[in-house]
Amino acid sequence: MPEKKRDELVQIDYTPPQRDWMDPAIDFAARKGTWSYPAAAKNLRYLGLPNPRDWSPTDADWQLPENWQQIIHDGLAERLTKFRSLKLFLDVCVRCGACADKCHFYLGSGDPKNMPVLRAELLRSVYRNDFTTAGKILGRVAGARPLTPAILKEWYYYFYQCTECRRCSVFCPYGIDTAEITMLARELLNLVGLNINWVIEPVANCDRTGNHLGIQPHTFKDNIEFLVDELEEVTGIRVDPSIDRKGAELLFVVPSADYFAEPGIYTFMGYLLLLHSLGVDYTLSAYASEGGNFGLFTSNEMMKRLNYKIYHEARRLGVKWILGGECGHMWRVINQYMDTMNGPADFLEAPVSPITGTAFTNAASTKMVHICEFTADLIKHGKLKLDPSRNDHLRVTFHDSCNPARAMGILEEPRYILKSVVNNFFEMPENTIREQTFCCGGGAGLGNDENMEMRLRGGLPRANAVRFVHEKHGVNLLACICAIDRAVLSTLMEYWVPEVGVSGVHELVGNALVIEGEKSRTTDLRGKPLAGGKGDADA
Amino acid sequence: MRVVWSLLLVGVLALIAFFGAQAGGQALFGIVLPYLAMAVFLVGVAARVVGWARSTVPFRIPTTCGQERSLPWIKPASLDNPSTGLGAAARVLLEVFTFRSLFRNNRSELREGGRFTFSADKWLWAAALAFHYSFLVVFLRHYRFFAEPVPAVVAWIQGLDGFFQVGLPVVYVSDIVLVAALGYLLWRRLADARLRYISLHADYFPLALILGVALSGVLLRYFSKADIVAVKELAIGLVSFHPAVPKGIDPLVFVHIFLVSVLLTYFPFSKLVHMAGVFLSPTRNLANDNRMHRHVNPWNPPIVGHTYAEWEQEFHDKLVASGIPLDKE
Repeated sequence: MPEKKRDELVQIDYTPPQRDWMDPAIDFAARKGTWSYPAAAKNLRYLGLPNPRDWSPTDADWQLPENWQQIIHDGLAERLTKFRSLKLFLDVCVRCGACADKCHFYLGSGDPKNMPVLRAELLRSVYRNDFTTAGKILGRVAGARPLTPAILKEWYYYFYQCTECRRCSVFCPYGIDTAEITMLARELLNLVGLNINWVIEPVANCDRTGNHLGIQPHTFKDNIEFLVDELEEVTGIRVDPSIDRKGAELLFVVPSADYFAEPGIYTFMGYLLLLHSLGVDYTLSAYASEGGNFGLFTSNEMMKRLNYKIYHEARRLGVKWILGGECGHMWRVINQYMDTMNGPADFLEAPVSPITGTAFTNAASTKMVHICEFTADLIKHGKLKLDPSRNDHLRVTFHDSCNPARAMGILEEPRYILKSVVNNFFEMPENTIREQTFCCGGGAGLGNDENMEMRLRGGLPRANAVRFVHEKHGVNLLACICAIDRAVLSTLMEYWVPEVGVSGVHELVGNALVIEGEKSRTTDLRGKPLAGGKGDADA
Repeated sequence: MRVVWSLLLVGVLALIAFFGAQAGGQALFGIVLPYLAMAVFLVGVAARVVGWARSTVPFRIPTTCGQERSLPWIKPASLDNPSTGLGAAARVLLEVFTFRSLFRNNRSELREGGRFTFSADKWLWAAALAFHYSFLVVFLRHYRFFAEPVPAVVAWIQGLDGFFQVGLPVVYVSDIVLVAALGYLLWRRLADARLRYISLHADYFPLALILGVALSGVLLRYFSKADIVAVKELAIGLVSFHPAVPKGIDPLVFVHIFLVSVLLTYFPFSKLVHMAGVFLSPTRNLANDNRMHRHVNPWNPPIVGHTYAEWEQEFHDKLVASGIPLDKE
């Protein structure tokens, strides 16, 4: 928790400073709590990334390669031809300002360089200087700046202060997507060794062990067995998930946080219970034990490198298709990048639900289905026996995670599931949900402790909407379909709305699911007693 | 005070044309510069579009603003989250013709006690739409100078535009709307501290320039006694490539033509290229059908991740100890 109190943190001054934005001045020491630690040299060395060294943003000398300006200039030139998005977005912005108050970091900090338009201008001004006629001739009059160390430091600060949530892109008349700008700016920063450890360490872990948390195969198995025991205690049912089993019908890939820590583990227990109750023939993999992909926050090459494992493992195990757990940026990668990068997945079959026979035609090529699509289909076909009253101790609202909302559009499936498994469901205000949803403040690798003040500021608009439904409807649970959300929102709620907990959607499915042979439930998956002593009455 | 520079610059440009034309520069301002400007505009815009088109689209990255097409009983948002190329085309066209994304605009404000409120804010959308459409109508109306006989559709637009029949000559609604919208767009850049902070010369100058074009046009139509027949002769001469400057043309006409020439020349090098760019925006013109059809990246790098075999080798003993099956069993 930051030293600042809640009342102090909401004193936000939106008055722009006197100083022209084109004159950079970031004092990292004075802004502690709003930036992330740089990547440790050992992680860069393991991954073979440039310029490994130990340094701090508060150092005067960032130990850049001698020709760093040339490296970035060449890197930008290359990306301008590789990415039409970048070239176009740098060219067509009219600075209408529609995006300005759409960014959660701007709303929570008042720092004008968190307005998406100015965040992009940080890069755009250098692009003008190096690549446009007007910029080359007129310089600053045309809004152009030569890249200086001070500007590079500003890039580091602000491009690691964007969660790539795409909310601004929804409102932009040209669809300019700051996530795209940030992703490519981070690629440039990576070329000269400017990265953050909370991204690079998970990437290194994932490459080596198979998951971001660095969980090795024996621990992976232990964790799952522990959760199986827990599940047996609550339900009396012993589920039997297999690991690395060849010939299973489905490979099931989840974000690693789901088998590692609260509250994700309850979501994982929900998945296992659901799949077991239906007798689905699936296997987990200790090698492809990560659905998430922090490569997305590093470079397209790193994203491809980490994502490689999923298809590689599906082919080795000989499964028919792949089922994916609840995770936000994981689904951005699967929906918008996986098939292009590591496909075609012609060794798999077009996915068909083994229970309902529904063909998931929307995943015919990628062959990977979101578990909410899978479960919504089950409920629609009446394949699940559900007792929503087991969630009566909960009053639930739903947080649309950025990537599933704005890079996929999975909006109705989780809502349909929630309305089937809980009796008390309330929506947050419309400007804060669905495609207009507000970020948790900790996506894109920013969910680390040293960046806590910025996380709490960025999460303020989301927390505000939660507080609204908490006060109006007594909401005490924020459900979501993202592993980063489950971790980050828990901290956010503890700070801003401590009465509200955080869960995945399948945790609530697990609570409500009535399974043959189970014992009468007295608690939910967390071991909390059910409402009105319901369990006891049933017994 | 960037706005002052832009207004001054446009004023100076106007004066240059006003006095230059009277000092014998009629052919320069009436023929040479318009031709040059048109050539720069056409070649410049084409070069920009080709430049964008030559950059690849490695990934399919639409910003989805509604429900995906998934299960048959869930209604997809076919415009905001199109699953077909046709849907994506419709999305772009609606963006172009109705500024749909801008229509979503809302204003977030922090109230006492740290509460955010959101209210609809359609002013920018309304002013932008008013500006672009009135400019289009004014532009189309000008065809009456370039064609003889005047095409029926132009006459029809002109009739509609002058529907209110106020004053003599008839006051066109588009003229009033154009100047008012430009005024609003300029005013909001100055009045809103946030916008003032982000605005560059490149934001004020086009507004000032188009305002200059509009005001010189208004002066010509309603206040000066410009010889319309002579102006039309000049215009037809230009488009038929038999250019000649007839006698008796008001110097103000050259101011108007010169400012338009500056606008055309400036266009390809400025943010005004958004007119062409909006059609190519990858977050709007692509369908969200990635999982249905594979999108091909022309430069897909040949990257292989950490393979299973390497992984199994590293963790072999741990795998055996915990009873996880190895590959070759």
